[in-house]
Amino acid sequence: MSGIDICELGKQWGAVVAVDRVSFRVAEGSLTVLLGPSGCGKSTILRLIAGLENVSSGSISIGGNEVTHLDAARRGVSMVFQSYALFPHLNVRENILFGLKVRKISQSERRSRLEEAAHMVGLEDLLNRKPAQLSGGQRQRVALARSIVSRRRVCLMDEPLSNLDAKLRAEMRDEIRSLQKKLGLTMLYVTHDQVEAMTMADQVVLLRKGRVEQTGRPHELYERPQTTFAAQFMGSPPMNLLKLDLIEDRSALAAACGGSLPAARFADGYVGVRPEHVRVGQSGLPVRVSATDYLGAETVLRMVHGGQTVFGKIDGHRRYNPGEQLHVSWPEEAVHRFGADGIRIEDPQRVSS
Amino acid sequence: MPAAILLIAFTHYPTVATVIDSLFSKATAIRPSRFVGVLNYQRMLDDPIFWKVLANNAWFALGTIPTSIALAILMALFVNRSIPGRSLVRMAYFTPTVLPMIAVANIWLFFYTPDIGLIDQIASWFGFSGHNWLGDPTTVLPAIMVMTIWKEAGFFMIFYLAAMQNIPPELEEASQLEGATRWYYFRRVMFPLLMPTTLFVLVNAVLNSFKLVDHLFVLTKGGPDNASNLLLYYIFETAFSYFETHFAAALTVVLLILLSVMALLQFFVLDKRVHYR
Repeated sequence: MSGIDICELGKQWGAVVAVDRVSFRVAEGSLTVLLGPSGCGKSTILRLIAGLENVSSGSISIGGNEVTHLDAARRGVSMVFQSYALFPHLNVRENILFGLKVRKISQSERRSRLEEAAHMVGLEDLLNRKPAQLSGGQRQRVALARSIVSRRRVCLMDEPLSNLDAKLRAEMRDEIRSLQKKLGLTMLYVTHDQVEAMTMADQVVLLRKGRVEQTGRPHELYERPQTTFAAQFMGSPPMNLLKLDLIEDRSALAAACGGSLPAARFADGYVGVRPEHVRVGQSGLPVRVSATDYLGAETVLRMVHGGQTVFGKIDGHRRYNPGEQLHVSWPEEAVHRFGADGIRIEDPQRVSS
Repeated sequence: MPAAILLIAFTHYPTVATVIDSLFSKATAIRPSRFVGVLNYQRMLDDPIFWKVLANNAWFALGTIPTSIALAILMALFVNRSIPGRSLVRMAYFTPTVLPMIAVANIWLFFYTPDIGLIDQIASWFGFSGHNWLGDPTTVLPAIMVMTIWKEAGFFMIFYLAAMQNIPPELEEASQLEGATRWYYFRRVMFPLLMPTTLFVLVNAVLNSFKLVDHLFVLTKGGPDNASNLLLYYIFETAFSYFETHFAAALTVVLLILLSVMALLQFFVLDKRVHYR
């Protein structure tokens, strides 16, 4: 029993609303990622759940028990901080065992838990080092081990990988995910990195300005974004959003969208297309190439149509010169429609499929 | 190089000159100064005032240093949180350090004045009769100690406050999540992390306690019956009131040795237990 239930959670500092009626639930033994740009309130939500900030409104339940105003230590959660929060004057062993000593857990129990955790994260040979003598990845492991020895079922992680370099980040990502599965932890993971969200999460909660923008499995967020914000936040380069008011040649647009769409349905709002669905050819929307980025396996084309940027992802290495005139199109089923308010418009024929 | 010149001119040369001076006798009109070896030091060992002054100094250091350090930490803990008027409180704590020592001593002279002083006036409301705080050999040293603590604690508080603000707040949050009480956090995390500051403050406090001279000058002149006399003031008196410059030089050498031994002790003994980041 360690699922987390967040209901109408709110946090205000004076007139500033940091978290605005946020609700979601984290199933027991699953990993939920709180995703959003900086300042969206994701870390605040984590701190509210940990009990490091006071809740302004709403409620938090962990494992079926309401903990909204409970003392942080009694909520049964462990936390990994962005800065790792290791005690600089204590060595790795003392850092890992700090909490167990506080809670007066017996010497033999401490030793066996330490051995187990140190083995799990591969720290056996470094137990006598001070944090200053460790690399970033090793410090991260100490923080993980500290969370493991607590044997708490709920683990909160606040951007744990943001201080690591790209290669190590990918490595630790896999490691955290496999640890979480192996130990059956209920994990809530805060990040602004959509790659982490896509690769690790069972469920993604996308936040914007203190509110939930969309909740769902990673592929749901990617394939059926509910708002233009969600559409642009997931994926790199982001989804192309063409504002219809600014496109004069509607017949060219209709041709680009597969040719069979009635022009009346493109009155206002946005048409969204993922860059990987953009095809470069002889027919469709006329565009001018403004830049090309060769990435090895693919080439990202930056094109302009009437002041609006269109990204295209093309396999392999193709040379296009800036200024070149091209036409782009995409399959009909790749089109996302958003209203002028930025909310997704479902195509009645496609909802069923 | 300019630093070396300054050091040699104002530190090394005077030190050597003092050591040499301490080995000569006092010059009078009929007898010039001559080499007497350790005679000045022998005289010191037989001098009851010297021993009295040394004991006074030891009591003074023991009485002021731990208390002012503890007070400094307490005050720093207090103003390290967000309380209304925080900067005003911080400034108030620091004021004693800003004031010139002579002015401070005069303020306290008013506090301690028998019968009409502040302390006696307040005490008289509660029916206590006046007491000559600075005239009584049993209360004069404690009275000066109180004043010194008042002055030093605010100064040390600034160092502790700066050190505390360098401790990341996540450390407290992490230990809070583990169920540590605030006292446990202070004892096991914050105090050890403050050790470099404590060492620095301790060295300064010890040096200050042996360097104290201006308060005595205003308040007691070492009296009554040398009950509040401290080493540096005794040296000052010997040299410039009694003009026993060679004996004073010998006393100075002892003071120098004492200070260096204590500084070395602190650095070598405590340094092993201090965590530097």
